[in-house]
Amino acid sequence: MEHINTSRRSFIKAGSLTGVGLMIGLNSFAKEKHPKKISHTDPKSAVLDLEINPFIIISTDGSIALINPRPDMGQGSTQAAPSLIAEELEVSLDKVKLIQSGGQEKYGSQQSGGSSTVRGLWNSLRKAGAAAKEMLIETAAKRWNASVVDCYAKDGKIYLKNSDKSFTYGELVDDASKLQVPKNPKLKDPKDFKILGKYNKRLDVPDRVTGKAVYGIDIEVPGMVYACIQHSPTIHGKVVSINDSEALKVKGVLQVIKTKRPMPHRAADAVAVIATNWWAAQKGRKALKVTWDNGDLAKTMTTDNYFAATYEAAKKEGIRYEEKGDFNAKFANAKQKLEVNYETPFLAHAPIEPECAVVHVKDDGTAEVWAHVQGPDGGLADVSRALGISKDKIKFNVPLLGGSFGRKAYHDYLNETCLLAKELKKPVKMIWTREDDITQGPYRPGMLSHMQGFVDKGKITGFHHHAIGESIVGQVFGGLAPDESDPWLSGEISTENSKYEFPVSKISWTNVKTEIPIVWWRSVYASNFGWGQECFIDELAQLAGKDPLQARLDLVKDARYRKVLETVAEKANWKEKLGAGQGKGIAVFASFGSISACCITVSKDGAGVKIDKVVSVLDCGYYVNPDHVKAQTEGNIVMGITAAIKGGITFTNGVCDQTNFHQYNVMRLNEAPKMEIHIIDSGENPGGVGEPGLPPIAPALGNAIFAATGKRIRKLPFDITNLG
Amino acid sequence: MAIFNLTVNGKKTKVDVEPDMPLLWVVRDFVGLKGTKFGCGMAQCGACTVHVNGEATRSCQIPVSSLAKNAKITTIEGIGETQLHAVQQAWIEEQVPQCGYCQSGQIMSAVALLKANPNPTDADIDTYMSGNLCRCGTYDRIRKGIHRAAESMKTGNAGTGK
Repeated sequence: MEHINTSRRSFIKAGSLTGVGLMIGLNSFAKEKHPKKISHTDPKSAVLDLEINPFIIISTDGSIALINPRPDMGQGSTQAAPSLIAEELEVSLDKVKLIQSGGQEKYGSQQSGGSSTVRGLWNSLRKAGAAAKEMLIETAAKRWNASVVDCYAKDGKIYLKNSDKSFTYGELVDDASKLQVPKNPKLKDPKDFKILGKYNKRLDVPDRVTGKAVYGIDIEVPGMVYACIQHSPTIHGKVVSINDSEALKVKGVLQVIKTKRPMPHRAADAVAVIATNWWAAQKGRKALKVTWDNGDLAKTMTTDNYFAATYEAAKKEGIRYEEKGDFNAKFANAKQKLEVNYETPFLAHAPIEPECAVVHVKDDGTAEVWAHVQGPDGGLADVSRALGISKDKIKFNVPLLGGSFGRKAYHDYLNETCLLAKELKKPVKMIWTREDDITQGPYRPGMLSHMQGFVDKGKITGFHHHAIGESIVGQVFGGLAPDESDPWLSGEISTENSKYEFPVSKISWTNVKTEIPIVWWRSVYASNFGWGQECFIDELAQLAGKDPLQARLDLVKDARYRKVLETVAEKANWKEKLGAGQGKGIAVFASFGSISACCITVSKDGAGVKIDKVVSVLDCGYYVNPDHVKAQTEGNIVMGITAAIKGGITFTNGVCDQTNFHQYNVMRLNEAPKMEIHIIDSGENPGGVGEPGLPPIAPALGNAIFAATGKRIRKLPFDITNLG
Repeated sequence: MAIFNLTVNGKKTKVDVEPDMPLLWVVRDFVGLKGTKFGCGMAQCGACTVHVNGEATRSCQIPVSSLAKNAKITTIEGIGETQLHAVQQAWIEEQVPQCGYCQSGQIMSAVALLKANPNPTDADIDTYMSGNLCRCGTYDRIRKGIHRAAESMKTGNAGTGK
């Protein structure tokens, strides 16, 4: 195996900014030698709050607070992160207070992204809990003049064996927090887990069903004004002139400000309407007359042009990412071969809560921010840059995220709120309209998979995946050299990741650029390239005369992958005799450290098909809560099917053709299929949960449709009610 | 600006707003109840669903001036004030919410459905609930939650918002 791509540089550079695709362990707790007295409760209280390490605060009155270093966007970090600490600290989650971190360096990476919460914090947060427990035990042992082995922790107390003696953590914390933090505390054997891996209700669900949960859009600060921002219809157009006379007549409108929308790679012109309430601000915005200079964008920024360029690129040799054998020579001489292209569209994330933020630049040179970002560490850095105020003078509060799927890790909306706050010197609450969210991006990039393959004597023997499109690493971070293949392919379609052992294979890449802003979207490139990879395996299996499941098993030796495939086949009754017009499709894809397979059954229904059932299997290693793993997988099924059969994002003449949910359709309840989810308890290191269930969904559907109808679909999205 | 007298969750309240301001923004930013959410502004997503005289209504489309004088408005904050509504309880039992942002609207629609139809079939649920989007994909649990709530309302153990 020859690995062409040696540049880890840009990957690490990009990864360190986003956390996407990287697993960063937190060891910072071990740096803390001296406890800090911090006051998270009433400052006048006599109770001493002691930070036994950055993630655990125990008060002398016995109350305990745990820090959640990963914002919650629905993926369950408000349960997962504190569970890791509580398991080792021997406390019950319903007895602790939870505090969301606000970007401070001592908490390490705080990016909810790359399905990294549990797999990234699995060791560090458990160690934080275990270290604190050892310090409390040592303190108690000293007071009893006993050995530490005779002391144990249970439910917030340290007990002395064979006695009725005990201390609450609050009674011990003052002395315990003066001890050195043990660097390598002993972690529990998984067989002794009381919380991890067990069904537990999420404790914040009651607030989420009573309207009490506080999301970014719910923040209110005394004296604040509201902003609604007119962005360029072509995203990058320049403001030529502003006529705000009608806008200023709208009752409640205070002023109109020419401003910027700073994206990570470039800033766009924008015009903000400031008002006493948001309804007035958006009314004022509608009354604005802005003239834009759109340059050549009407000609250059269209999805038709972009995809035409990707199909052209498919005719040429790409940059090799990896190669085994001489693929081109073998392909040229192969007797049974196939060459096809698979297309996936641009997609908006469209979280139901639109992008918004509240920023207050104060007279004393400090600032306070309330923003539903995926990563407050990156958010704090961006705010500091935008305001020109050092990080230590900024208080960053993270309310809940009303959905995100990658979107709220891109801080254009926060940056533009900062610019307004800097100018206005009073708290500003900025809210995007749904139209902003759909028409302005950033989007999941549309991609083309150019596939070549051949078979010999009933086996798939040659496979080439040529990934073509705009690079997130390249556009967002400027981190891709022209002669470099996108390093993020490693965790996606590399054979190291797919575990397909083809006799001859090649993975290659061509960067087709676009000015349409792009970014990661749930499961990143895997959501694009899983479609080409897994449908094409089926096409080659058919050419070889092989059952699609058997063709995959023939290619994979890895035991975990085989188990996932065999399990989905068993649970979905792969070999059952199907009715007329029925078909089953299978697909498997590994991403973010987990392996997921899906089997979908469809039936002919008029000119299209209906989905009878979706069976999904996930091996994510150790996990926190099986019910929430299932919930995330249910979400991936819905989002994966939506991405396959609902409208994509298209640009004509430099303008997005979709504006709101009437044109950018997402799956509704009446369209949600029956689903069944199975978790494999592999006992392996934790993998991701929030994303890995998505990539196999679309190809399993495409393969099922082929099985039922003989029609091979290669372009997403398609109309499931009319396959043409 | 104009003064409007509203009855929200049984409490009389006065707001001084523009007559064309949708009920959604009146409720959120002038009455101060943030549980009702903004999602699309064109009755496509259902996040803003409240009850007007018991009917599930997309509050982003109702100018405050169009409300009848004695209109009774109920928001997510008003259905389980003393005891959680059976639907809220079922949502907890089924662990329905992920991000939870759309769930105020989902619950208000589900409560209205069960009031009109105490024994909904899956098909009834599909029809009635198709106006409420959930991007997290909690639809399977919403169906289960509605069936569970319907059961518990029959036994009379759960709150009905009365």
